[in-house]
Amino acid sequence: MPNYILSTSRQMAKRHAREKRFKWYGRIAIFISIAFLVFMFSAIIFRGASAFQQTKISLDINFSESILDPSSSRDPDLLKRANYKPIVVESLLSVIPEVTERRDRNRLYKLLSTGAVFDLGEKVADDPSILGKSKKVWLLASSEVDLFMKGKIDPNVSEDLRRLKDRDIEWIEILKSEGRIKKKFNKTLFTNGDSREPEMAGILGAAIGSFFSLLVCFLIAFPLGILTAVYLEEYAKKNFITDFIEVNINNLAAVPSIVFGLLGLSIFLNFFHLPRSTPLVGGIVLALMTLPTIIIASRSILRSIPQSIRDAALGLGASKTQTTFHHVVPLAMPGMLTGTILGMARALGETAPLLMIGMVAFIVDIPKGVTDVATSLPVQIFLWADSPEKGFVERTSAAIMVLLAFLILMNICAVYLRKRLERRW
Amino acid sequence: MIIETKTSQAIQSNTPTIMTANNVDVFYGKKQAICNVSLNIPENQITALIGPSGCGKSTFLRCFNRMNDTINICRVSGEIKFSGQNIYDPKVDVVALRSRIGMVFQKANPFPKSIFENVAYGPRIHGLAESKDELESIVIRSLKRAGLYDEVSDRLSEPGTSLSGGQQQRLCIARAIAVDPQVILMDEPCSALDPIATAIIEDLMETMKEKYTIVIVTHSMQQAARVSQQTAFFHLGELVESGDTQAIFTNPIQERTQNYISGRIG
Repeated sequence: MPNYILSTSRQMAKRHAREKRFKWYGRIAIFISIAFLVFMFSAIIFRGASAFQQTKISLDINFSESILDPSSSRDPDLLKRANYKPIVVESLLSVIPEVTERRDRNRLYKLLSTGAVFDLGEKVADDPSILGKSKKVWLLASSEVDLFMKGKIDPNVSEDLRRLKDRDIEWIEILKSEGRIKKKFNKTLFTNGDSREPEMAGILGAAIGSFFSLLVCFLIAFPLGILTAVYLEEYAKKNFITDFIEVNINNLAAVPSIVFGLLGLSIFLNFFHLPRSTPLVGGIVLALMTLPTIIIASRSILRSIPQSIRDAALGLGASKTQTTFHHVVPLAMPGMLTGTILGMARALGETAPLLMIGMVAFIVDIPKGVTDVATSLPVQIFLWADSPEKGFVERTSAAIMVLLAFLILMNICAVYLRKRLERRW
Repeated sequence: MIIETKTSQAIQSNTPTIMTANNVDVFYGKKQAICNVSLNIPENQITALIGPSGCGKSTFLRCFNRMNDTINICRVSGEIKFSGQNIYDPKVDVVALRSRIGMVFQKANPFPKSIFENVAYGPRIHGLAESKDELESIVIRSLKRAGLYDEVSDRLSEPGTSLSGGQQQRLCIARAIAVDPQVILMDEPCSALDPIATAIIEDLMETMKEKYTIVIVTHSMQQAARVSQQTAFFHLGELVESGDTQAIFTNPIQERTQNYISGRIG
């Protein structure tokens, strides 16, 4: 049978079929995971995209000096706290003149966000020369108006079931016809701290809080992790104690993060009395959580550095420390950094331990240092998702998008570093 | 039997010895890898250690600059004298010892740095050069001695790993020479090289022995016969026979040596 090996036997056909089947299993698995990913991202983007726009109402405001600064003191503090309501109502009435009753006037005023007068106050305090003049100003609309403009309130629903009444909608239509109401880019989301009013809430406070926490986390976890890994891998003798340490580092990596939060609460807050709700404590807790990840990643990188490099240096008469720090650590550094960045990315997304140490508080101010009370991005998402106001729904998704963007950015950094600094031998 | 192994050593008595191993035992954990070996290394000559795989010749070579210290479970007993001093004495500084006794490994292992940096590293850590110019002249001299300078003179800043296998091995030799050692240990330096690169390195060793003492572990009996003046045959962790290379290959005393060189064991 000279041609036997070239023809397909039944057994060969079976083998080929098995191979084909296995390939398809893999393709289907990949397809399903990508489908989930696409579903998740599109759901978040679909919900959150509108949060990057915000409705504003433009009014011709007459900055009457007699109302805002009757004593002509020009004191910025007084100007900020001056009563802007009359001049805002006045300019609203100039657009919608048919409103006469006091109750309706208040209702009209509610079209604007309660933050609108604060913005005016800031504006005047910054530039008092505006007093006595009249100027067109874009003011923040209330969350209800914002949602209506984005088509998230259905005017056909019975009036009793919505907070925005038919009257309000009429007024909005008037403003619309005059081109005085528009959706603009939502700067507030990126420049403000948290707020009870959705239209005034931003993620800057949380983002800075996250940044400070990660900074503390990095400053603690990176040197500790690298030094631990280098010592265990390059110096320590293999014996009972190092085995014990190794097992415990692996165990530590598997501890649920909330346990680290409890540890932080009982040790850093209750025993050492470090300031509550601060990035300092948050960073320390996250560092403890990230440490095992960094150590394990760094050790595996160190183990992958060929022994021949160590031999070469030792054979030349380099000391152990010279060998380690002139050759082994520089070669391992890209991998160590990658491990660290991935660990930090995990820390950035971590919520549970921060809840335990009080970083879940409602904080309006933007933190200026590691000892200021702060919250963090994932906690902010948690807080907003928990808020009853409808305006927070889109903002929650927007905050998730920002968090995801940071995570993806960090992962890209890790991949780039690995590609860039990788050396071959 | 051990007494018998020393029979042919008298031939070496006319040249001064630079290193002497006395009753060396090496253990890996509980397993004994080297059993009571004594050997003299004559100065400015090439000593070849031959034997079948796993006979302990590499382990024995690594005793000479205490590279076995890096292996946790390895224990060495007995004494090895280098210019009269026992290198296993606790007072001996291993770092200083290794700067006197260099090593070239089986697989070329240049640092993933430039050719220049590879050679300059040793002199730099030992502070052998006072100025940049001096360092440069050391690097060039070492590369010349390793017979590599003409091939790489115009690309010293390129990575050492970009060279061919034989060039990499000569770069490693240049790197070892740069710290100006007295003894160079070579652990099967040609096992991964083609015959041409091997011939170049063998020629190089021939000229190097005027300045350095070389101990080479080799798988190839032909190589041992070609380059060495003294040969030591190892089998199962024991030194079976040592002596003048020509005598070992033409007229071995031990039956095991006879069997090995004629290809019946190993």
